[in-house]
Amino acid sequence: MRSKLDSFVDALLPVFATLAALGVGALMLLILRVNPGEAYGALWEGAFGSTNAIAETLVKSVPLLLVGLGICIAFRASVINIGAEGQMIIGGLMATQIGLVFTDLPGWMVIIMAIFAGFLGGAIWGGIPGALKAYFNVNEILSTVMMNAIAVQIMNYMLRGPMIDPAQLEKASKIPQTARLADAFRLPRLAPTRLHLGFVIAIALAILVYILLWRTTLGYRIRAVGQNPHASRYGGIRVRRRIVTALLLSGALAGIAGAIQVYGVNYRMITDGSSTGFTGGAGFNGIVAALFGQLHPIGTIPASIFFGALLVGANKMQRAVQIPSALIGALNGLVVIFVVSSEMWRNKRQKDRLSIESDVVNMGESPSDDPTSTPEEVLA
Amino acid sequence: MTEENKLPSGHTRIDSLEMRGITKRFPGVLASDNVNFDVKAGEVHALLGENGAGKSTLMKVLYGLYEPSEGEIFLNGKKITIDSPTDAISHGIGMIHQHFMLVETLTVAENVALGLPSSKGFLTDLDKVSERILELADIYGLKIDPDAYIWQLSVGQQQRVEIIKALYRGAALLILDEPTAVLTPQEVDEFFVIMRQMVADGHGLIFISHKLHEIMNICDRVTILRDGAKVGTRNIADITKSELANWMVGREVSMTRELEKIERGPSRLTLENLSCDNERELPAVKDFSLKVHSGEILGLAGISGNGQRELAEAITGLREIKGGKVLLEDEDITHVRPGEVTERMLSYIPEERMRDGMIKDFTIAENMVLREHHVPPFAEKGFLMLKKIANHSDDLIKKFRVKTPSRETKAGTLSGGNIQKVVLAREISRNPRVLIAAQPTRGLDVGATEYVHEQLLKQRGEGTAIMMISEDLDEVMALSDRIAVICEGELMGIVERADATPQKLGLMMAGENV
Repeated sequence: MRSKLDSFVDALLPVFATLAALGVGALMLLILRVNPGEAYGALWEGAFGSTNAIAETLVKSVPLLLVGLGICIAFRASVINIGAEGQMIIGGLMATQIGLVFTDLPGWMVIIMAIFAGFLGGAIWGGIPGALKAYFNVNEILSTVMMNAIAVQIMNYMLRGPMIDPAQLEKASKIPQTARLADAFRLPRLAPTRLHLGFVIAIALAILVYILLWRTTLGYRIRAVGQNPHASRYGGIRVRRRIVTALLLSGALAGIAGAIQVYGVNYRMITDGSSTGFTGGAGFNGIVAALFGQLHPIGTIPASIFFGALLVGANKMQRAVQIPSALIGALNGLVVIFVVSSEMWRNKRQKDRLSIESDVVNMGESPSDDPTSTPEEVLA
Repeated sequence: MTEENKLPSGHTRIDSLEMRGITKRFPGVLASDNVNFDVKAGEVHALLGENGAGKSTLMKVLYGLYEPSEGEIFLNGKKITIDSPTDAISHGIGMIHQHFMLVETLTVAENVALGLPSSKGFLTDLDKVSERILELADIYGLKIDPDAYIWQLSVGQQQRVEIIKALYRGAALLILDEPTAVLTPQEVDEFFVIMRQMVADGHGLIFISHKLHEIMNICDRVTILRDGAKVGTRNIADITKSELANWMVGREVSMTRELEKIERGPSRLTLENLSCDNERELPAVKDFSLKVHSGEILGLAGISGNGQRELAEAITGLREIKGGKVLLEDEDITHVRPGEVTERMLSYIPEERMRDGMIKDFTIAENMVLREHHVPPFAEKGFLMLKKIANHSDDLIKKFRVKTPSRETKAGTLSGGNIQKVVLAREISRNPRVLIAAQPTRGLDVGATEYVHEQLLKQRGEGTAIMMISEDLDEVMALSDRIAVICEGELMGIVERADATPQKLGLMMAGENV
């Protein structure tokens, strides 16, 4: 009975956390003399109020989901990939180049090649920090963040130089963007909305990532390396190689997110010069979505849609009640803080319960508890 | 309050502590069943029982970590309730946990002061703490430098810090949870000196251990628990070691055994002048040569930390070999990766089973195939064959009598004995050509130890070449056909079973060539 109640509470915890975040957000709205009810009404309206709104939400969720899937793989290997932004950019650039060069090929072929190019670009950009970590013990958090900065500058250079839209060259504005891709290369739309095939691709990839992690030897190895590198080595797993593989795949999925952003939404590579000009911050928000989804590929699907809804709904809210855009960022941040904290609280509760259960199983003998070692210790 | 019931530390003595009718129920399990237990000042009272017998439950009740379902605790005849460890400490009850609760990057004095109010308010009063530590150290003969950092100390010294910590907080009665499990034989001797001193000064000690000779050596009384209930309490003077063992498991345990005669086969594992380094890049194994034959158990005796772990890791491919050769039958496997060593049917039961032999967040089923997750029948074309893995795990759980709710249970939640059964099941169910078993029974209760021994002998009967690394001389002498002794990374000699005496092996372990 107790455990039923517990699991019920656990399941609803993210909902409570979100409500609590919105509650604190309501206070901030009140301080700005805005009616919270009206504001949140607009938020809901913006995210789910119409077919178009729902489609927009799903479109926004696609890069979050793809990045989040990559994060699932990396984090399961205990590798912290903060470089999805850069991986998306390089994937996007390479995919765009395919569409700009192979203008004579059939659309479906170019789309497949572009997605593969995105995969490759992201894999390279993720693989480099992976190799640095595995073979030179370079902290991947630092290296992936720095790779982001490099990628942004490469993008700015390419979009202002070699890849710039010839039409922009003639204008004074010189907007950093490539030429528009041929109409045949656009990802097909699913309904008379902006929702495109990328959504289906992302869902399919979520299922594939699930299969990879729990049904294949490679997934077993990636998870083993993340949990206990010592025992992994003993089990014949090549720890260094698997760390590289995990970051490579993680980057590849972010790269696909970049490719799909180009072929499904923008139809060209475009930036406003800022670091998140092309990605819209999906490389970071995807991390949050993955954590919200318990680092489980299937759980990341609803988590991505949730954050997609928040992003889309916030736009509408901003327009409807005339609040500074900074508040939208604050609201997003609040949700993230509350949800992530509630996750930690839930994990702790589960751990406590588990230890009581194991006490029962072992009749009071505590399970042998060693601090989990990280790959660093093995590589050091 | 008279001077007589004061301890040298200045705190009040606990003349008697009595637990009456302690019962602790968990949903569906009776972990402690109407247990009576008492300790007097100036005695060591051993608490003995197999894993899961209810020792820890009883002590957690006494230390305020569990609330008993029924039962009462009396201190010097007065009824008390203990709701938390803080309560327990204020009553003068201290506990030394098996895993130390110390902050490695802080000094001894800082660790002792941790959590206590300072006499200077917001500022620390570490000089005062140090002074008191030295005072206590002097009284109890605990050599310790208050300004040393914990990470600089050996395990034995860290344990002394734990004892000081408890004494500093006014402990009159100490619960020692398997205190010798982490110590080297010399450290154990030093620890016993400290224990004797404390008892002589009027402290009461509760001593939890699996090692019968230690209990015979240091304790005054022993209480045995089995399945949560008390079997009885006896004076150590009135009981022999083998009686104690029999009484504990409730069945006959053979302390020495006859080995079945087996014709020693050809050499399966040959080490030729093997050398390797430890983590600090100092030579750990030097010029080590021996052969292990099919159908024999070669016992490798030695005081722990003399290169045994490095040797085992070098053989199994986990450690880089600096010189010499390892031959598996006729094949040179000196520089072969661990995974490929596994594929050549060399099995290894690692000493640190939780760290090296097991992934605790993986299920039992996943752990059962840790070594063979990539080969048929458990994997085909890169996919895991979950059905086959499940069946295999169920078979092994049944065959090796692993106590677990299911194969999907996380391995880390099992008790030590059951974890060792999982490792053992995985390593020997493959019918290996060579088996390296490092400290295969460390931390296991008598029943589980017996079980592991039987399995090793069964493997011997099937022609496996077994190298058993153990610090436990009784174990080595009971099971080995031949006994090799290692000291400071060097082979001191190999003795035939018939010629082995504890005296002779002891001399070799101490570094004498015999």
